[in-house]
Amino acid sequence: MEEHHGLNYVRTEMLGEQAPPVSEVGAVRWVRENLFSGWVNTILTVISLAVIAWAVMAIGPWLLNSVWEAESLAQCREILAAAGAVNEHGTFGACWGVINDRWHQLLFGFYPPELYWRPILAFVLMLVALAPVLFPNVPRKWLFFSVAYPFIGFFLLWGGTVWLPLMIAAGFVVGYIAARLTSGYSTLITSAAAIIAPLIWWFYLMGPVTEALHSMIPIGLEAVQSNDFGGFMLSIIIGVTGIVLSLPLGILLALGRQSNMPLIKTICVVFIEFVRGVPLITLLFTASLLLNYFLPPGTNFDLILRVIIMVTLFATAYMAEVIRGGLAALPNGQYEAADALGLDYWKAQRLIIMPQALKISIPGIVNTFIGLFKDTTLVVFIGLLDPIGLSSAIRASSDWQGIYWELFIFIGAIFWIFCFGMSRYSMYLERRLKTDHR
Amino acid sequence: MNTTAERGIDRSQMTVSDEVAIQITNMNKWYGAFHVLRDINMTVNRGERIVICGPSGSGKSTLIRCINRLEEHQAGQIIVDGTELSSDLKNIDKVRSEVGMVFQHFNLFPHLTILENLTLAPIWVRKTPKREAEETAMYYLEKVKIPEQANKFPGQLSGGQQQRVAIARSLCMKPRIMLFDEPTSALDPEMIKEVLDTMIELAEEGMTMLCVTHEMGFAQAVANRVVFMDQGQIVEQNEPNEFFNNPQSERTQLFLSQILGH
Repeated sequence: MEEHHGLNYVRTEMLGEQAPPVSEVGAVRWVRENLFSGWVNTILTVISLAVIAWAVMAIGPWLLNSVWEAESLAQCREILAAAGAVNEHGTFGACWGVINDRWHQLLFGFYPPELYWRPILAFVLMLVALAPVLFPNVPRKWLFFSVAYPFIGFFLLWGGTVWLPLMIAAGFVVGYIAARLTSGYSTLITSAAAIIAPLIWWFYLMGPVTEALHSMIPIGLEAVQSNDFGGFMLSIIIGVTGIVLSLPLGILLALGRQSNMPLIKTICVVFIEFVRGVPLITLLFTASLLLNYFLPPGTNFDLILRVIIMVTLFATAYMAEVIRGGLAALPNGQYEAADALGLDYWKAQRLIIMPQALKISIPGIVNTFIGLFKDTTLVVFIGLLDPIGLSSAIRASSDWQGIYWELFIFIGAIFWIFCFGMSRYSMYLERRLKTDHR
Repeated sequence: MNTTAERGIDRSQMTVSDEVAIQITNMNKWYGAFHVLRDINMTVNRGERIVICGPSGSGKSTLIRCINRLEEHQAGQIIVDGTELSSDLKNIDKVRSEVGMVFQHFNLFPHLTILENLTLAPIWVRKTPKREAEETAMYYLEKVKIPEQANKFPGQLSGGQQQRVAIARSLCMKPRIMLFDEPTSALDPEMIKEVLDTMIELAEEGMTMLCVTHEMGFAQAVANRVVFMDQGQIVEQNEPNEFFNNPQSERTQLFLSQILGH
């Protein structure tokens, strides 16, 4: 190595890259640095290991003594006692027999067992419909199936005449035609026509037309009443519909809140602040008791549909605020660059602003999704039989009176799988969309 | 400072026509009660290259941002290529599609590749077929000498490269007028030159340019008029030699002594 004292120094050759010292790599270094780097960390490591060991020793035997085949809690206890799984409180062991005995109720509620293939098929098709939305390497053509799926799913789950979902879908065509017919006038008239025409169709014309078509060509599946829906099927119906609807509505609401038009802005602010300021449970009671007063007389809205509307509105208000956070994080230069290139408002939003704002908001959006999915358990309070409601029903039966750990562990585990899946997907999405290279 | 001779710029190539590109008449603008632009009158002919300078807060950026309506003026008239700017959205879109703008902070779209940044507006505003838009984009990327970066993201490029991409992005819309809002102020000294070279090339091709900059070397090399602004008004304008060697107003003299004096 060259010495350089004094003021004058000239480097004669540039240095190449070198490998780090051996002591700075490897597993031993990781353990030393992360677990035993000082006496505080060493103590914390030891305490943590002790807590983990205690938890495993407390829960492990209970799990090891699991009983899978039993028709009642009493029978289960007999099996445990015969096997010698007893401690000072009585028999000691998990009794999964309740899941074995009642899993179909936890999954499907009181849906007719001979028709279980319909919700199962609907669930599988849902995964197929979600694939092109979630993953970029699925062919874009499949998006057509994603658009059609809500109607297919509705038909499979509720059954009845095939004409009803078709006529509901026709409402969108009605809206499109109305928009085309009024396209010569101002944007306001066009959008009003595109909204009002389908509403008239759905509320007043669709019913008679469906009946007429069904009497001419009666095709359909055996109808299942909403009262029979329950379990995770119900949670997934409400949760997924709420998730799918709340994102686009939340985007519109967030944009509305940033709008220059005072009327639109006020409506959005009032909506967001009202819905966010009210507990979900009050909205659900409104759905079950009050909503019929506000609808045209004679329309009998399905309770599940009403709950979906309320859950969606609730999630939409939160979503709007999450997305507003993403919008606020974007530098003004992005709007200016889009303007300067001549992109109009909607193109700028779609191509420049939203892709970035949504990417920033992914953690918040998924947070809201997970919250919404778990909040579906609140429908138990208005008499819908979600998994929690069914667990009460199961525990009320004479066979399984007194059991609770196993049921709630099972329900919690299923919820956890869904929520953890969403969380993992959001991390995958963040990685995939990471292009800023900061 | 780079001299004209050093760069071998052929000023005779840069012809100015009699056709008016931008006409600003008695234009005023306020931010709330603050009078940012005061009675601006300016005519820019096609092919003219105008450098606007002045102390910070003098309204020079606001002025060129009014020309593509990123800022709204409250009084007076701005006519760009025969289209008057008013609240009429159609006119605004028309002007914006003919006027390119380059920003101080580049404002590239970080979620899109360089190529996508360049083809976005041609495809969505001009309805150019994708293939054709990509060919045009590659042509301009070669012009700014970074075709090899086409599939990278803006965050992977140096500041100078990003600014050249931003210039290419504007050019892809085939604008008739280019606005530059302090295009080199956020760049390291080593990168300023590469951006200025690109701008000089553009000037040599006869582009109408309005450039807010403190690069006086650039002004001397390519501008055919230098406009000096202070306190929201045009204080002095002249052709560059006269402007730098023989400034008339005291304010201009002070400003020039401060930026050229060290």
